[in-house]
Amino acid sequence: MTREQIVIDTSGPPSVPARKVADPRPSLLLGEHSLCPGCGEPVALRLLLEVLQELDIVQRTIGVVGHGCYGSFVRIMDVDVLQCLHGRAPSCATGIKRVRPECAVFTMQGDGDMANEGLQEVLHAAARGEKITCVMLNNGVFGDTGGQLTATTVLGQRTKTSLAGRDAEAHGYPIPVADLVAGLQGSAYVARGAVSTAGGVAQTKRMLRRAFETQLSGAGFSLVEILTMCPTGWFVPAGEGPGYLGGSLEQSYPLGELVT
Amino acid sequence: MTRELLEGSAAIAAAAITAGCRFFAGYPMSPFTGLLESMSRELPAAGGVCVNAESEIEGVNMVLGAAAAGARAATGSCGQGIALMQETIAEAALNQTPFVVFNMARNQQDYFQCTRGGGWGDYRTITLAPKDVTEAVAHTQLSFHLAELYRAPVILYGDPLIAQTRVSVTVAPQDHGPLPERDWVLDGTGGGTGRSRQVWTWAMGKATDPGPGPDRHWRAVADKFDAIAATEARFEQAHVEDAETVVVAFGTAALFVEYVVEQLRAEGHRIGWFRPVTLWPFPGDALAAATTGARRVLVFELNAGQMLDDVRIHAADRSAVRFIGGVSIAESGLAYGDLMDAPAIRDRILAALTGGASA
Ligand code: SF4
Repeated sequence: MTREQIVIDTSGPPSVPARKVADPRPSLLLGEHSLCPGCGEPVALRLLLEVLQELDIVQRTIGVVGHGCYGSFVRIMDVDVLQCLHGRAPSCATGIKRVRPECAVFTMQGDGDMANEGLQEVLHAAARGEKITCVMLNNGVFGDTGGQLTATTVLGQRTKTSLAGRDAEAHGYPIPVADLVAGLQGSAYVARGAVSTAGGVAQTKRMLRRAFETQLSGAGFSLVEILTMCPTGWFVPAGEGPGYLGGSLEQSYPLGELVT
Repeated sequence: MTRELLEGSAAIAAAAITAGCRFFAGYPMSPFTGLLESMSRELPAAGGVCVNAESEIEGVNMVLGAAAAGARAATGSCGQGIALMQETIAEAALNQTPFVVFNMARNQQDYFQCTRGGGWGDYRTITLAPKDVTEAVAHTQLSFHLAELYRAPVILYGDPLIAQTRVSVTVAPQDHGPLPERDWVLDGTGGGTGRSRQVWTWAMGKATDPGPGPDRHWRAVADKFDAIAATEARFEQAHVEDAETVVVAFGTAALFVEYVVEQLRAEGHRIGWFRPVTLWPFPGDALAAATTGARRVLVFELNAGQMLDDVRIHAADRSAVRFIGGVSIAESGLAYGDLMDAPAIRDRILAALTGGASA
C-alpha cells in the first residue's frame, strides 16, 4: 500500500464546494409560521415568495388570501395583502387588477375556500381571462376546522365527516379544479404540482414562476393547484404525510401542466 | 354644467362618475338594471371600468378589491340582491373599506336590510334615502364622500320612482370638504420592505408590527359608528313646532306625505311632517324634539312597519305612535301599489285624526 503525500496549498483561498446552499429563509418571510409540523402549506408559501423575489415584482405585488390555516400567512408575507371572505378571492383580485393593471395580483386559497365556497368565483375569473394568478392549496380536507370533507376529498378518504371514507353515493365525486379551469377559454396557464417530494417542490416552483410570467405577459388567467400535506387533518403521523399524499390525492389529481 | 333631461339611473351614474367613481360592478336586477347599463355605457369613457358581474356576490367583492386598491368604487342591486351582498358589506365595514352600494329598491321593505344589515359584527351602514332624482344626485356624491371620510360602505336607498323617472337635472361637482390621508390603500409597493400593508378584518398586523388586534380594532370601529351616529344624522321637517300630529315618512313616499300634510295644514289642521334623510344614523334626537307635544305620531311607509321601530324608540311619547302605512307593491314587483297615492294617504291620516288608526 503506497501512501500519498498530502500537500495542502495555503497560498490561495480554499476552493468553494460545488454545492448550493439554500437560504435558510426567503427574505419576504417576516416571521415564523404557526402551522402544524409536516404541513405542506408553508412549503408552498416559500415557493411563492421566492418566485416573486426572483421575478423582481415584490414592489408591485398584491396578494388576496382566503380562509384556512394559510390565512395566518397574512401576517408573515411581506407583500401588500387583502384578506377576504371565504371563496371570494378571485373576485377581489379582479377588482384590484382592473384598477391596478401594473400590479401582479395573486390569490392564495385552500380547496375548501376555492372549490367549496368559491367555485363560481374562480371559474368566472378564469372564463373572463382575468390577468391574475390563483394558487389553490389542495389537501383534500378542511384543515383549519379539523379535517372535514371538502369538494376535493378523494373517494375512500376518511375525514371527520366521512368516517368510513368518501363514498360517491353519499358524498358525490371529488372536483378536479385545475381540470375544470383548464377547459375554459380565458385560461392561459394551468398546472398542478405537489410539495410532497423534492422533485415535486422544484417542479411546483417552476409552475408558479410560469403562472406569474403568464400574468405579466397579459396572456390571461393562470392557476396552480398545489397538492399539500395535512397530516393533522388526515390523522396520520407528520412523517407519513408525503407518502399518504402520493397514495391518495396524487392518484386522483395527476400532476403536470394542463394549459401552457 | 348643463341641465339635461335624464332618467334617474343615468343621472345617478353621471353623479357617481362626477364624484370620481372609477370602478363599478353589478348584476342586473330591475329597477337597478338601468344604473348598471348607464355605468357600462359611461364609465369606460371616463377612464373607469364597469364589470357585468356574474352574481351580486362577485360584483360586491370585485368592488371590495377595487376599493382596497384605492379606487372610488360602487355596486348596487335591490332587495334579494342586496341580501347576497350583506356578507361583504359587513366585512367592508369591519375591515374599513369604503364603497357605495346603490339599492334601487322595489319598495320600502329594504329598511331593516339597509339599516340593520344582515352581516356579522358590530357595524352599521350609513344609509341615505333621497326623496327624488335631484336629491339622489346630491346624495350620490355625498355617499362617496362619507364612504371615504369614514372608511365604510354607504348605501343609497332609492326606488323605482327615482331609478325610472325622467327629470331635468344638473350634475355638478360638489365639495364636501377635506378627506383623511389614504395611507391604508393597497398599491403593491409595500412589499419587501418590512412595512407591507394589509386590509384585514382582524387587524392583527404583520409579524414585525403586531397591529391593534381584533378586540381593540373592533372597539375602534364600533366607536367610529357611534361618532357617525352623533354627527351625520340628517332630516327635514315642517310645521312641527305647534303640531298635534306629526307624520313620519322616508324616501319618495315622504314626498306624497308632505303634499298631503301641506294640504291639511291649509285646511286648518295642526299637523306637521318629519322626514329622516339618513335612515342610519336615524335622526332620533331631532324626532324626539319634533314630536314633543304631539298627540299623534303617524308613520307612513310601504312595508309592514320597519322604520316604525326607530320612530317608537325615539318619539317623545311612544304611546302616541301609530302605523298608517302598509305593504303596497304592484303585482309585477317593480312598482309601488295602491297605497302610494295622495288620496289614499289623506284618508289614512284623516282616519287617524278622527280617532281611528290602522294597526
Ligand atoms: S391542519 Fe393541516 S393544513 Fe392546517 S396547519 Fe395543520 S397540517 Fe397544515
